[in-house]
Amino acid sequence: MPTIPADVLSVAQLARLRIDETALDDVTDRFSRTLELVAQLEEVDTEGVTPMSNPHDMHQRLRADMVTESNQREALQKTAPAVADGFFLVPKVID
Amino acid sequence: MAQEALTYASATELSISLKTAEISSVELTEACIDAIAAHNGTVNAVVTLCEESALAEAKAADLKLRDGSAGPLTGIPLLHKDIFCTRNVATTCASKMLANFVPPYDATVVSRLRTAGTVMLGKTNMDEFAMGSSTETSVFGVTRNPWDLNCVPGGSSGGAAAAVAAGFAPLSTGTDTGGSIRQPASLCGITGLKPTYGRVSRLGIIAFASSLDQAGPMTRTVEDAALMLQAMSGVDAGDSTSADLDVPDFTAGLNQPIAGLKIGIPREYFNHNLDQRVANKIHEALNELVKEGAELVDIDLPHTEQGIATYYIIAPAEASTNLSRYDGVRFGHRCDSPQNLTDLYERSRSEGFGEEVQRRILVGTYALSAGFYDAYFKKAQQVRRLISEDFQKAFERCDVIAGPAAPGTAFPLGAKSDDPLAMYLEDIYTLSVNLAGLPGLSIPAGFIDGMPVGLQLIGRSFDEATLLKMGHRFQLCTNHHRATPTMTGVNQ
Repeated sequence: MPTIPADVLSVAQLARLRIDETALDDVTDRFSRTLELVAQLEEVDTEGVTPMSNPHDMHQRLRADMVTESNQREALQKTAPAVADGFFLVPKVID
Repeated sequence: MAQEALTYASATELSISLKTAEISSVELTEACIDAIAAHNGTVNAVVTLCEESALAEAKAADLKLRDGSAGPLTGIPLLHKDIFCTRNVATTCASKMLANFVPPYDATVVSRLRTAGTVMLGKTNMDEFAMGSSTETSVFGVTRNPWDLNCVPGGSSGGAAAAVAAGFAPLSTGTDTGGSIRQPASLCGITGLKPTYGRVSRLGIIAFASSLDQAGPMTRTVEDAALMLQAMSGVDAGDSTSADLDVPDFTAGLNQPIAGLKIGIPREYFNHNLDQRVANKIHEALNELVKEGAELVDIDLPHTEQGIATYYIIAPAEASTNLSRYDGVRFGHRCDSPQNLTDLYERSRSEGFGEEVQRRILVGTYALSAGFYDAYFKKAQQVRRLISEDFQKAFERCDVIAGPAAPGTAFPLGAKSDDPLAMYLEDIYTLSVNLAGLPGLSIPAGFIDGMPVGLQLIGRSFDEATLLKMGHRFQLCTNHHRATPTMTGVNQ
């Protein structure tokens, strides 16, 4: 299945990436080549094989529902690009 | 000890010298800092040097060494890959995205090695977000291979491997998602161990692919790897995928004989993908183990070739979800004057991530998207199980599987950077081990035209002890791990 720049742009939109127009052909070419590589898997018979999502087929352990950490807002917000009054700032969402 | 002897000694040897007060941790730490000052300008393995805090930690270690409360790693300098969160020390994952990120906490691996008394010298270079096999995608520029400065050190833990090879520190940490400890260890002539998935906590390791990532030791000797793994291992309440199993004493069994152990040789590892000269070195290395009483048996890992395709769906898919957290809001790079929320997300991410990272996010997003999930992601997860079953079947006939860690020796800088698919082949012998969650060890097995070759030993789940025993036995009979690099450009 050939990939076209429009496909790549719609995936980029899902991934919230903006692809520069001058790089689009190159990105599309590399994207298609990767898809060709992974298409090898079509040849493998996987009828009835249970998908494996974890090497030990382990189930997530749950911890007790208890508070284990104290408030570290200041320390955590130190690395934020924009904060005010303890809040993270984002561009205006509602006009 | 002379300066050279200090910076190329193993941690085990240094620990004896520290305990007998032949040297102090401060002297040792200064020797490492001097080595970094002398050669990091060309090698570029260290991206953050913590000179002041390292000397303070060394002083504290010297007190412990004097009052008798020292452990086997007390006072030994080490470097962390820049993927491990270090409290109040920049942690960038070699990305513009995290150029200004200073974590408020330590990764569990970092705090455990701190508790063990090691001295943190600084942080090492890597491929951006650990996505690469050459350490050429770092925002800090390329790391050079100490055996030939015109060659890559491998990756993604290339800074860690080059640093140990160059005598900057006896110990460093690495992470391995598809071969990122073992391949650079092979290319730089050092020892590197990827533990079983779950053996070491992932808390505070910047996530790439959560079902594959695992941290491990990168050292000069297997004995040191055992010591370091001991300090790193064990269940962690902060990582629900860390294994709740007893951690064996990894050094206790090191000197046991390997006679009678069966080594499986996968037919699929010795074909057209492998440099014949590397194949010869691997066979020579296996002969050494046979002399020690091990037996070789032929085995099959029929889905080896499909491992690459499987990995290049699963790893990007997991990466695309993990990396969705970089949105320019709470931490990480933020674009200038965003017009609206979508603009903030898209520009922050496109400016902050490098090309290879964006490429993998795109592939991962595609593999997980509606209409393609079954054909790509689910299919890959099914083949992943077949790969895991191949290993299980093989281990019915052998105790350890052996082969190369990489298809060739270190390649020239830039040789594969324009061809991502050629780069992906670098990990053909390592990534299936991550898919199956098994432990893998790379140890120096000799040289081709002055460049190191690594022998990879793969073990049963949670059986690092057998790998370490066999690797240590090999290092008792060989001297490849003792060789030191030229620090020059050989192939001008």
